[in-house]
Amino acid sequence: MNKEWKIFGWLGGIFLVAYFLPLGNPNVTNAIYEAFRLLQWYVREHTLACVVPAMFIAGGIATFLSQASVMRYLGPKSNRFLAYSVASVSGCILAVCSCSVLPMFAGIYTMGAGLGPASAFLYSGPAINVMAIFLSARVLGFEIGLARAVLSIGFAFVIGLIMAAVFWRSEAKRNEIALAMPEPPKSTRSLWKTTLFFAGMIFFLVFSDWYNTNDVTIAMKDGSAITANIRYTTKDTLDIQEYNAQGKLVLDVRRLNKADIIETKPVPSFTMTVHHYKWHLAGLMGLAILLMTWKWFSREEIREWMQATWDFGKMIVPLLFGGVFITGFIGALIPEKYVASLVGGNSFFANFFASVIGAMWYFATLTEIPITETLMRLGMGKGPALALLLAGPALSVPSMFVIYKIIGFKKTAMFVVLVVGFSTAAGILFGAFVK
Amino acid sequence: MKKIEILGPGCPKCNALTENVKKALQETNQTAELVKITDIKDMIAKGVMFTPGLIIDGKIVKQGKTLSVDQIKELIKGK
Repeated sequence: MNKEWKIFGWLGGIFLVAYFLPLGNPNVTNAIYEAFRLLQWYVREHTLACVVPAMFIAGGIATFLSQASVMRYLGPKSNRFLAYSVASVSGCILAVCSCSVLPMFAGIYTMGAGLGPASAFLYSGPAINVMAIFLSARVLGFEIGLARAVLSIGFAFVIGLIMAAVFWRSEAKRNEIALAMPEPPKSTRSLWKTTLFFAGMIFFLVFSDWYNTNDVTIAMKDGSAITANIRYTTKDTLDIQEYNAQGKLVLDVRRLNKADIIETKPVPSFTMTVHHYKWHLAGLMGLAILLMTWKWFSREEIREWMQATWDFGKMIVPLLFGGVFITGFIGALIPEKYVASLVGGNSFFANFFASVIGAMWYFATLTEIPITETLMRLGMGKGPALALLLAGPALSVPSMFVIYKIIGFKKTAMFVVLVVGFSTAAGILFGAFVK
Repeated sequence: MKKIEILGPGCPKCNALTENVKKALQETNQTAELVKITDIKDMIAKGVMFTPGLIIDGKIVKQGKTLSVDQIKELIKGK
């Protein structure tokens, strides 16, 4: 019955949107165009090179790395330092959606290593999966992607420690029920084979996503030459930021007509040399993966891997594409000044505001990335953008209610304050640093 | 009568498992008391922390994985 109501809700919603959409309004027409433009950009630029390979990796992780083997390090008698470390990086290893993070959090808290590692896991679990990090680096820029990965792990560790220190009293009293760990299945491969297999897949992604500096020298038809950074390309025009004599980027964006340009050449650098060969390198990795799969994995395992990948695809692609489309539509309707006045620049308020919104809002898997990208185009600063990404996936109002039921009001409040506080601070520092 | 408990907060995988259990029961002409446990505290109390979890007659048979119809048939067969 519930399911039928859901379908009815969707149909009704689509009906109402279609009925009341003011198509004559030029703003709305433009917003529809923008929604499709953003979706096309994602489909053309990011889907095949990034999202699809990442889904195979996530599927592989779900199939070949057992959650139970990770949990062994998070039991009640495990080494403290190891427990915190494993909990902080487990997000990368597990690639789980938020609906499975919460039960595992509850398990670690009540039957396992306790509040500290559980909090670390709760923070890192949804924030740092392979897909999110590669897509962030690709869409939002390399610095933000890297900062997101490193800080998520660091924060998880520190937040876990602080939680355990503040609530040590209740920690000591916590009843010790031994955690009934499911036996980790006997691995049929030695560890180095599994490691090499995943390394191959990660490197495929590293190469296929290789950073394009977008620094070019442009030879114009009037004989002048410009060194610049390409911001945006369309069929007929090129939006660039010029480099001045000191080698610094000029802030104003200039639009060139492609008709006036003889040729554009990338400024040579190591990054660009690798970029030139990136498909060769990625292809090499692809061949290595095929070979390893063929040699080391049974038919049954491969079938399970493909099934898990398909499950991820079914879950993530509709969310991502739908999220991108809606973000494009709404983004075009929000006035730039409005966004810039709230989260532009790098003030304390901008960072704090971005953190709070991030902590409250529920981001479906990966949709935090197109949303942040759109906000940045509308004038959000880099600091607040990072703050949003750091506070965003870890928390939402619905998840706060579940956490509250498990650990109570005081601990939940503390966790939220820590996440918002650290994200704000990181945003301010990052914003000051990359400017 | 057999008692089958399905544990999960309502993610797609848990729903898939429920469907598979129903199908397996139907195809083997069995009836069972089907219980869905969606509260995380109750799940933990039963000792399950990887979703979806499957408990048959009080015994955890699988967690963290969506079993296929055939695998479930194997589990409920002849008990």
